[in-house]
Amino acid sequence: MISQHLPVLQVVVPLLFAPICVLLRRHNLVWGVVLLSCWASFVIATLLLQQVLTGGEIIYAIGGWEAPWGIEYRVDILNSFVLLIITGIASIVITFARESVHKEISEDRIYLFYTAFLLHLTGLCGVVITGDAFNIFVFVEIASLSSYAMISAGRDRRALLAAFRYLILGTVGATFILIGIGLMYVMTGTLNIADMADRIRDVQDTRTIVSAFAFFTVGVCIKFGLFPLHYWLPNAYTYAPSIVSAFLSGTTSKVFIYVLLRFLFTIFGAEYAFDTMHLDIILMVAALLAIFSGSIAAIYQDNIKKMLAYSSIAQIGYMVLGISLVSVTGLMASILHLFNHALIKTALFMSVACFFFRFDSVSLKDLKGVGRQMPWTTMAFVIGGLSLIGIPMTVGFISKWYLIVAALEKDWWWMAALILLGSILAVVYIWKVIEVIYFQSTEADSQPVTEAVKFQEAPLSMLIPVWVIIFANIYFGVNASWVTDISQQAAVYLMGGQ
Amino acid sequence: MLIEAAILIPAIGAVLIALTGRQPNLREAITLVSAVSMFIVVCQIYLALETGDALAIEILEVVPGLSLAFAVEPLGMLFALVASFLWIVTSIYSIGYMRGHHEQNQTRFYVCFALALSSVMGLTFSANMFTLFIFYELITLVTYPLVTHSGTDEAKRSGRVYLGVLLGTSIGLQLLAIIWTWTITGTLDFTEGGILAGKTTDIVIAILFALYVFGIGKAALMPFHRWLPAAMVAPTPVSALLHAVAVVKAGVFTVLKVTVYIFGIDLLATTGSSEWLIYVASATILIASIIAMSKDNLKARLAYSTVSQLAYIVLGAMLASTMGIIGSGMHIAMHAFGKITLFFCAGAIMVASHKTEISQMRGLGRTMPFTMMAFLIGSMSIIGLPPTGGMWSKWFLVMGTLEAEYYIPLLVLLISSLLNVAYLLPIAVRGFFSEPDDMSPENRAQGIKEAPLPCLIAIAITSLGCIALFFYPEPVYELMKSIVN
Repeated sequence: MISQHLPVLQVVVPLLFAPICVLLRRHNLVWGVVLLSCWASFVIATLLLQQVLTGGEIIYAIGGWEAPWGIEYRVDILNSFVLLIITGIASIVITFARESVHKEISEDRIYLFYTAFLLHLTGLCGVVITGDAFNIFVFVEIASLSSYAMISAGRDRRALLAAFRYLILGTVGATFILIGIGLMYVMTGTLNIADMADRIRDVQDTRTIVSAFAFFTVGVCIKFGLFPLHYWLPNAYTYAPSIVSAFLSGTTSKVFIYVLLRFLFTIFGAEYAFDTMHLDIILMVAALLAIFSGSIAAIYQDNIKKMLAYSSIAQIGYMVLGISLVSVTGLMASILHLFNHALIKTALFMSVACFFFRFDSVSLKDLKGVGRQMPWTTMAFVIGGLSLIGIPMTVGFISKWYLIVAALEKDWWWMAALILLGSILAVVYIWKVIEVIYFQSTEADSQPVTEAVKFQEAPLSMLIPVWVIIFANIYFGVNASWVTDISQQAAVYLMGGQ
Repeated sequence: MLIEAAILIPAIGAVLIALTGRQPNLREAITLVSAVSMFIVVCQIYLALETGDALAIEILEVVPGLSLAFAVEPLGMLFALVASFLWIVTSIYSIGYMRGHHEQNQTRFYVCFALALSSVMGLTFSANMFTLFIFYELITLVTYPLVTHSGTDEAKRSGRVYLGVLLGTSIGLQLLAIIWTWTITGTLDFTEGGILAGKTTDIVIAILFALYVFGIGKAALMPFHRWLPAAMVAPTPVSALLHAVAVVKAGVFTVLKVTVYIFGIDLLATTGSSEWLIYVASATILIASIIAMSKDNLKARLAYSTVSQLAYIVLGAMLASTMGIIGSGMHIAMHAFGKITLFFCAGAIMVASHKTEISQMRGLGRTMPFTMMAFLIGSMSIIGLPPTGGMWSKWFLVMGTLEAEYYIPLLVLLISSLLNVAYLLPIAVRGFFSEPDDMSPENRAQGIKEAPLPCLIAIAITSLGCIALFFYPEPVYELMKSIVN
């Protein structure tokens, strides 16, 4: 009985618990509620994925109103996989969050922060699960507004400017998305994605649809920070509370890449998007520029969070690069990297959050020699870094492998070489950090220090989630069959749906 | 079971070493016990191979078509035997050296050392290129803390070169070649006769082969050799076992594996893809020998000598002839014994008399006669003089050049032997026959002052090994012969 209503519960559970948080106010209690609803969402997402894998696509009409009158939720292999990623990341981040939030956010705002966290999750789940184009816009706004609030929740005043900048650009992006959807509605007379996909064929050569395509694509690309539309991203990730950086980097960009995939492949169709509009070339150039500008900028950062933010821009480049290859393997590599990069970046941002928790700084000059004081956190950072580089036995290797296979399938060996060059740049920026945290000595080292001061690891409530996700990085790098299988099914589904 | 045991024993050893770090005696006992038990296991695998019972195991399939799998074949067997035997010897040596030299962080040293050996075992028994690549990268990562052991600025700089070259070449070139091979053939299994024959054009084969040979940075083929001299900043046991045996031999071993089991020597011989690389290897041999002559620091000289000797092995592989492959494989074993002896001696000299420069070593044979004698034997093996094992591998390499009818490499081998004489023999000769620089009376009266006993035992074993391999090269030869037949 309840299993029929899982699609709507996916959105309703976090949405209902968010106002309850405002009423409860006591921050440990609120944390418990949020924790519970995140894990509940994760369980729902797992069950949904299972249903899709066994029974195929699920179509759910909200309130019993059949489409096109009502809003319908459609769950297929692609979005159930993305749901699994975002709810999984949200659950692990919230489990980790309590101590970190308590430290970084002033006490009177903690319950509001958790509310925003849940609303953000609601928005993301809604964007992914819905089968209605206008509904996507609504949920995009819910997710975006809550993320501006979360970014500015910290004590760092620079976060305000970063959030404001994100607000301006994010609103521009959302408006573009709305204009795109509006134009499509004008021409097709429907907002249901499946209907729209059927009807858009007849009108696709009109100037209105061409404009809709352009507005929509640019709007979504701003939202996930594709080079050169990434201007808002580095500062937002850097000055946001650590927990927010971990959450956003693992989920938000993934969701908007999903939106791009959904519109390009399901609505417009690969043929229109890539053969008529030649979007593949634009995406490819932008992706390659993203990989290199992001990686090179990352090398020159002294702030680890900023370095990871620039690295995210590069990693988004890899995902888009896979899309721009327009092949099953390329798409598979992109979808695979949605999953893998979520694991990698969340792990890295979470271990950086541990550093901040102990040292009140994420600047390299303040973290000299922390490897001795926080061996477990540092080890986690190193493994996460190796995964980011793409060392075998980690998830990063698997994504890189398929991306290169996809490039070589087209005989584009130069692209394969460029992808690998990007990995080598990752070695440089990751190792810069590793050298500092392991080999440079702190000033404290020159003075005699007691054993207790020397060893100040993060609390277990933070360490355990970090190591769970690090373990996931290794597990899905060694035993990747399950994830690659799902990604491949999703890629075949997208390519077949053209 | 045996293969897993060989890989897991040093890994478990590493965990135990980390746990017993506070009690040095127990810690070093564990190192020795794991070294000995690993060697016994490897010998068991060898006996199984001799009886024709080829072991193979698939651990798991990472993604469809790519599996983590192990299989025993003669070339890997030879390397595993050499590495596991020399680990015992090096462990004995380390105990004397690390204590005598009062090194810091000894627990980390032993842990990383054991992990490095575990990765080497994984590499030697890999059944496909994917598995091999995993362990290849692991070796780089676990030896990095050993290179930067002292934590000084120089060590950090060297660590950067070490990691930059090894990771850069393996990710940038080797991985590209591996994935390319996979897209062409759909398999990465090591197969007799190679997997690429008839699958693609000659040009692609030539490009792929170059990507592999240069991508295997651990083989130290010029211009990717800089990491090896840089790695000499590590403690001497590391230079001895890892940067004369395990790590560098992992590189040339991979080159041989790729040559024999991915491409197949017939394919290389018919397409001529490896021809120009013969001259790269020849140039590396000569240039590295000449640089070695100019180095006054003993470890630096030995490092460049290693670069040149590794190029012998690569050269043998590039000849794509039966004798060349046999010579290359044998040289893995022969050079291992010779070079490890030389490094042990260099370390012993450093511990006993605190000398690192060759110019300070005149007359050292008076105070350290035993060490200098061993140094002489090691030098002779590197040069390829009887009665040492080095003679045999050189013999087969020369035969290989004749068989493949390349005369320039033949000439290079001869000139290089002369260069070896010029940069190695004077050290021992001056040690015995020159007067020490410092002739003050108390220095004369000092008498014999050798390194700690464990160091001497280790030196004795390896230098006797050099001689033993001259009289009994049979097992090594047989193993290599079974590859090419």
